[in-house]
Amino acid sequence: MNEMREAFRQALLLIGGADPHLVEIVALTAQVSLSAVALATALGLPLGAGLALFRFPGRRTAIVLVNALMGLPPVVAGLVVYLLLSRSGPLGDWGLLFTPAAMIVAQCVLVVPIIAALARQALEDLWAEYAEQLRSLGAGRLRAVPTLLWEARYTLVTGVLAGFGRAIAEVGAVLIVGGNIAHHTRVMTTAIALETSKGDLALALGLGILLIGLSVLVNASAQVMKGLTGEPRV
Amino acid sequence: MSDPAAGAPAGAPILPLACRGVTYAPEGQALVGPLTFRLEAGRRTVLMGPNGAGKSITLRLCHGLLTPTAGEVRWEGPAAAQAPRRQAMVFQRPVLLRRSALANVTYALAVRGVPRGERRVLAARALARTGLAALAGRSARLLSGGEQQRLALARAWALGPQVLFLDEPTANLDPAASRTVEEAVGAFHAAGVTVVLTTHDLGQAQRLADQVLFMHRGRLLEQTPADAFFTHARTPEARAFLRGELLV
Amino acid sequence: MSLRRLSVLAALLLCFALPARAADTFITVASTTSTENSGLFADILPQFRRATGIEVRVVAQGTGQAIRTAMHGDADVLFVHHKASELKFVAEGYGVGRREVMYNDYVLVGPAADPAGVRGMTDVARAFAKVAATRAPFASRGDTSGTHKAELGIWQKAGVDLKAAAGAWYRETGSGMGATLNTAAGMDAYALADRGTWIAFRNKRDLRVLVEGDPLLFNQYGVILVNPKRFPHVKAAEGQRFIDWLVSREGQAAIAAFRVGGRQLFHPNAEATAARRGRGEMESRNPPRSHN
Repeated sequence: MNEMREAFRQALLLIGGADPHLVEIVALTAQVSLSAVALATALGLPLGAGLALFRFPGRRTAIVLVNALMGLPPVVAGLVVYLLLSRSGPLGDWGLLFTPAAMIVAQCVLVVPIIAALARQALEDLWAEYAEQLRSLGAGRLRAVPTLLWEARYTLVTGVLAGFGRAIAEVGAVLIVGGNIAHHTRVMTTAIALETSKGDLALALGLGILLIGLSVLVNASAQVMKGLTGEPRV
Repeated sequence: MSDPAAGAPAGAPILPLACRGVTYAPEGQALVGPLTFRLEAGRRTVLMGPNGAGKSITLRLCHGLLTPTAGEVRWEGPAAAQAPRRQAMVFQRPVLLRRSALANVTYALAVRGVPRGERRVLAARALARTGLAALAGRSARLLSGGEQQRLALARAWALGPQVLFLDEPTANLDPAASRTVEEAVGAFHAAGVTVVLTTHDLGQAQRLADQVLFMHRGRLLEQTPADAFFTHARTPEARAFLRGELLV
Repeated sequence: MSLRRLSVLAALLLCFALPARAADTFITVASTTSTENSGLFADILPQFRRATGIEVRVVAQGTGQAIRTAMHGDADVLFVHHKASELKFVAEGYGVGRREVMYNDYVLVGPAADPAGVRGMTDVARAFAKVAATRAPFASRGDTSGTHKAELGIWQKAGVDLKAAAGAWYRETGSGMGATLNTAAGMDAYALADRGTWIAFRNKRDLRVLVEGDPLLFNQYGVILVNPKRFPHVKAAEGQRFIDWLVSREGQAAIAAFRVGGRQLFHPNAEATAARRGRGEMESRNPPRSHN
């Protein structure tokens, strides 16, 4: 219990002190996770829409696969990306290992299934409801994709936030592909792991509290955005 | 293109519509057909019959939402190639997007490729035509049942169709709302649109029909001018239906 | 409209994410968690950067993992502390020019209550045997790190069969030094730790240093350049500059000057020329006894 109190104290000290190392770590965390989620959204929404609206051989297998990949262990994703980006791997010449770009890729791999699976379910339900009317208006499946994505925007934002939560909370993938290099690829979760391994549990917890705070901030912003893009009332 | 301001659909006609031996049997069992009939321009046709007769399926086959498993649905007018763009359909439950009333109409125009600048003007006119001008900015999902159906009609109006299909348009509405919808349908007809609607409401059929297609168990039993149908229908099933009996 | 603004934001963020510092020279050094956790790198690397302008990015893993990273060509320099593995690394053509840099030592830590009664012993193998005999809990790193390999060597000398003990009193955590110490502190277990991590460790609880000073506990650090003939992309020139700096007077002084809580953690012992390396290896087998 002492450690919890100490953790809160450390958290306040960290925020108040605006320690430059900490600012660096928080900024990198936000950059990596937000970029990963943005990329995953750009990939996951069309993927989910495609699975929802189009019929093709192997469709059901693909849906099962996408759903199952929501549970992909981050450390496994990290290993796979590491093997791809390692100098001895197929994409080694890109020199991406141990850089923030690699971390974005790894987190993107984790987040795409979440967004795609949710988009797929939401759009499948909407298409069942809207298909006849949209087709009557002359909007085929392809034309219907952006329409339905906008219709489902609240559900999809929740999916994106769930993806963000997964990205910002994971440590296994970014640790392997990023290497937790000081001033370069150290994000909050890997910093927490580091401080824990140094036995500085209070500091680790303090960082953890900050991390939760960052997540709250992002979710609150999403709520505000929802208010701004909501349906007109009058 | 059509001129929705005047309401009259311009452009070469797509009618008449000829259905020959049209059958719909998605899982082997024929739900509808074989049907053979023609629809000519300018008349209000009402598909009547008990529930399960296949009226809705027939409507969807004509509009192109369903593909017949046998037979053919053919538009025989000079502009037959444009047929898909010259029709509109209104469903029993209006399907509206989560946006304002105006945005629902501009959406339909956008799908048709109407340039952005013209969309708002055309949409506003369509809303005015159906008495919804005051509700243009209101969220479509918050409108009453009657208002939503009128919005669906406004959306169809904006597209300037030559043929308007309606599937039980007032089944879920109260009498006052039904009246406003029927008036809107009348406005379409007055503007020269061919109206094809299904209903199980005898009174509505009598008010609106020029011609009746009577269906029972997927077969077309009668295609008769309205007065003749309501005074002396030819088939025993039709007569029983008009007497208010339950047809099995 | 807001969708467009969002995509602009996303694009900006993506620009941010890709390192803008690609212009600076940097090298990647695969090293161990124990060295990183001690804080040594945070202390001496800025000095190297000031002297040469080269940024050093340290990927800290267990020794086994660090060596594998170097074997994949994902690092320019390898800096670990297990001589046998390092020599193998060079012999197999993955590295060139191994230099010895510094040493620290391992200590046997355990609960203050000391159920195995090993406090003050100078023969660590005998101490290990006593721990085994009393079946007192022992937390091992179990991760093929240098520390782990040193620990296994001591068990072998003590003649203890670990297979029988695994899971019972001998607990392999499969993690880094700090995590293992956390576990040991949590379960009042004995553990072998490098003194550097131990001194810097903030969660000691009831653990104390019980055995130290045995020559078996000597821990030598070596630095090796990853072979540029095998991996053409390796930054050989900058990597060599780092190695040269570590064994130079400035580097060695920087290492000696690094203190935690007033105590020196690492003792520089690089030999100036190759000719003297032979004698250096003799000396490294018999280290001076009392070093803190």
